Formats: sequence, structure tokens, C-alpha cells
Amino acid sequence: MKILGIDSSGLVASVAVAEDGVLLGEYTTNYKKTHSQTLLPMLDELKKMIELDLGTLDAIAISAGPGSFTGLRIGSATAKGLGLALDKPLVEVPTLEGLAYNLWGCSDLVCPIMDARRNQVYTGIYECNDGLRVVMDQNAMDVRDLLAELEKLGRRVVFLGDGVGAYRSVIREECKVPFAFAPAHMNAQRAGAIAALGEVYFAQGKVVSADEHGPEYLRKSQAEREKEERGKGSADGV
Amino acid sequence: MKEDIVLLAIESSCDETAAAVVKNGREVLSNVIYSQIALHTEYGGVVPEIASRKHIEKINQVIRQALSEAGKTLQDLDGIAVTYGPGLVGALLVGVSEAKAISFATGLPLIGIHHIEGHVSANYIENKDLEPPFVCLVASGGHSHLVIVKDYGEYEIIGRTRDDAAGEAFDKVARAIGLGYPGGPKIDKLSKEGNPDAIPFPRAKVDENEYDFSFSGLKSAVLNYLNACQMKGEEVNRADVAASFQKAVIDVLVEHSMHAVKSFGFNKFAIAGGVASNSSLRKAFEERCAKEGVQFYHPSPIFCTDNAAMIGAAGYYEFIKGVRSGYDLNAVPGLKLGER
Repeated sequence: MKILGIDSSGLVASVAVAEDGVLLGEYTTNYKKTHSQTLLPMLDELKKMIELDLGTLDAIAISAGPGSFTGLRIGSATAKGLGLALDKPLVEVPTLEGLAYNLWGCSDLVCPIMDARRNQVYTGIYECNDGLRVVMDQNAMDVRDLLAELEKLGRRVVFLGDGVGAYRSVIREECKVPFAFAPAHMNAQRAGAIAALGEVYFAQGKVVSADEHGPEYLRKSQAEREKEERGKGSADGV
Repeated sequence: MKEDIVLLAIESSCDETAAAVVKNGREVLSNVIYSQIALHTEYGGVVPEIASRKHIEKINQVIRQALSEAGKTLQDLDGIAVTYGPGLVGALLVGVSEAKAISFATGLPLIGIHHIEGHVSANYIENKDLEPPFVCLVASGGHSHLVIVKDYGEYEIIGRTRDDAAGEAFDKVARAIGLGYPGGPKIDKLSKEGNPDAIPFPRAKVDENEYDFSFSGLKSAVLNYLNACQMKGEEVNRADVAASFQKAVIDVLVEHSMHAVKSFGFNKFAIAGGVASNSSLRKAFEERCAKEGVQFYHPSPIFCTDNAAMIGAAGYYEFIKGVRSGYDLNAVPGLKLGER
């Protein structure tokens, strides 16, 4: 089984190919260039390096959100275009599950956080000591509500993700359970994790067609939110 | 060399998700447009994030349909043309990323195309005799350009709007008189019931450049007129307002365009862009060009709106010149015509 993994949900752009439990190659950058300029040239480079025949892929695993709206769409459109042209299915890997999978084997709870702005984080809580178990599914929430949730669970937790930078001091001051921050090689999105988890989901039959795939934003557009709030306001006023 | 060049073209710069298959730049084998207008109508204009989300949802189906209606598979194609600017960056990125991935997976050459070059090239589709050089007026919701098309892919912009695009003025005035979005077709329709000479709205000239346009003064004049009527308690004849406003826009577009055609010594003139499907505008140009002995060209309305067939037409001429884009092709929201 050969899976191409793609993640462009945050600041990181990453592509990887995994085959039957072996990571054949991975190319990850965390640099200021836009994903539109980096993602496909990186995949092209990886393809040459590992002499990849695209036709031998079984599926394309895509980090399917949440994340930067534009970043997600660059990854999704790339995966959809590849799926269409190669006639391959897609495996949608929730971004936060992919992040958590970086810490496979960890006996503590794993809590990836991504800065969602508007005083929120995209987050989830996972057990990764043997495979991946979802303790709290990914969603957008206030970081303090997340810390309260972790307190209820009462276990040591490892934080990772680009939200750590933005909320490090809040976590240090207000986290009531023992915690640690993951180091550089495992604290950000990696397509290797998306491909590896993609292999698991593919084997479980969790595939979608390239046509039906779309990112999971976990949040409506600002215009829709404002419209709903206006609607609510007038309804309340009656 | 292979005789026929068949391109898949993709366009997602604003609120239409579009794909087309075009042969030799002039023969449209398919032209599929998924219009999002209904989605944006309730917001009074295009919402970029909603447009981008819809593009990603629809793009594969639109491409598949374009291929199937043309009776082609990806293996039958010679290249992929895609709009990479100007436009809404999030919207452009969907088409650009998709096109690059298909190019990468198939090995087909990729050609990034300027959206306005597409609009200009829409004229080649139905006017088999039209060849550069000619003067072209591109007028849409986002653009008002007076362009000299020197050769295929070679442009000189001689006039542009200083403020609102022509189509933008239509949208704003339509909103002011309660017609809603999109304003162009609605004003065009209502104008037929009104008197275009009822209200003397101003025809703006721009001092520094005789080919430039300015429509914000006209828009303000309409708003002031509506306010004044309201203050005086007079009933507004919306049809007269629409017709008089439209006439003021058309007069300026026709005068500037004909002045350019004469001054630069051309005998061919074309219009393009969404506003080019306005029936009164086309009629005004038809009459004036006939009078001046200038050959007048215009695309059918379906090729005036944002579509991918026009990108395939432009793509063909860039393709045969050897223009190719890399996998690092990025969306360029402010891309200038004639630059790469």
C-alpha cells in the first residue's frame, strides 16, 4: 500500500510518501514562502528523489482541516487535482489527529493546539500510546476552556502545534495538570504523520472520491457569522 | 508538429467556477460555468471566503463536465491554461492549485493566463477573422481598461479607471435604487422602460489622461439626485434614473473608445468583459462604429461573463509562443496586463 500525504493546513508545507509501514521520503518546510509556491515543487523534488511513479499510489491522504482557510484549500485543490488526474481516492485525515500522531507511543495525553485567532484555538485531546484514540474531538474553543477540560481528565499532557507559541504563557500560568511542550521535530504538521495515519484509515476503508472532498473548516466565513448574528439580533428584538 | 492544439482551461478568479476545452484558440468544444451569483446576492456582492469555499466544492465536477461535454480525456489534451490573476487571491488559488496538480500528474504543460487577456481573447472565439492589432475596451465589475492589442499576448493599456470600475458603478447605483445585485443586467433591463435623457447626469473627463475613466462622480451624482428627490418628497422614476445613468456611462465609454481608435489610427474595435453584454452599450457601439467606418467586434454574452473558454483562447496563443508556467506558479491578485 502506497500513500501520498499532504499537509498545508498551517505555516508548514509538507509532502511525504509511505509504503507498507516505511516512510520513503518526506519534505517539510516551515518558511515564509506561500504554500502555492512551495508545495508542488517540493512534491516534484520528492517524486524525483524516490523515483515515484504516481500511478502506483493507492491513495492521497490530505490534512483536511481545520487550519488556515487558504492553506487548507491549496492542499485540498492539489489533492483533488491529483486524485482527478490519477483516478485515485483521497483519505481525509483531520489536521489535529495528524498532529497528534506525531507523538505515537506517548503515554500522556496529547493535545495539539493551532492558533485559530479570535481568542480561540483549534484543538483536540488524544491518546496515542498505541494507535490513536480520540478523547475530545477537534473543535474551535477558548484556550481556557481547553485547560478546564484537561483538568477534568486529570492526566499529564503534552502540547504541540503552532498555537503553543501564541498561548505558551497562558498554559504555563493556568494549566492545572502536569504538562510538557513537544520539541521541534515533532511539534508541527508533518506529512509523514498524515501518510502513516492515512495508511491506517485507508485500510479501514475510510476513503472519499477526489470530487467530494472538501476541507473541514470548523468555522463559517465571517460574512455568514455576521449575517447570522444580525438575524439573531432581530429575532431577539421581537 | 501536431496540427491541433487542445487545451483544458480553468477560471476561478471571482465567483464563477469554470472549465472549458478549446481547440486551436477559436473552437470551443465545451464551456462549463458554475455561477455562484445566487449565493452572493443576499450579501449584496461577492464574499471572497464564500466564493473560495464554493470553488473547492465544485471544481472537480466542473472540470469533469467540461472534459465529458468535449468528448475528451486528459490524455487527449496538449496543455492546461489557468487564470492566475488578477482577482480574489483565495479564489484564484483554487484554480491555480488544481491546474498545477493536474499538470504535475499528467505531464501536460501549464500556462498561467491573465484574466483580462482572457476577456480580450473571448473576441477570437466567434470572430474568426479578428486578428490584432485592434483597440479593445474591457469593462466589468472589477475592470475598466482601454487596451491596444498590438499582437497576440501583447498589450498596451492606454486608459483605465481612476476610481470605480464601470460594472462596480452599475452595482452601486442598482443597490441605491433598490434593484439589488448584480446591478448590470438589472439596470439594463429597467432602462428599457425609462427615458435616457430625463436626468442630465455628468460625463466625467479626466484631465491628465484623455483615455482614463472616472465613474465615482457619476455615482455620487445619482445618489445626490435620489437624496434631493427624497428631501423634496418627489417620487423617483427609477426607470428614468437607470436609463439616464446608463446613458451617461455608455456615452463616456463610447467617446473615449472612439477617440482612441481614431487617434491611434485603427479600424478595428472590440469590447469585452461583463459590461460588454449590456444591450444598450452594444447598440451604441454598433451605431457609432458603423458611422465611423470602424469594424466592431463583441463576444456573445456567455463569453462576456467570466468563463474558461476565453482563458483557453488566450492560452492557445501563449502556448504556441512557447509560454510555460512552473509548478511554483502563484496567484497574483494584482497582476498587470502584459506582465508575467
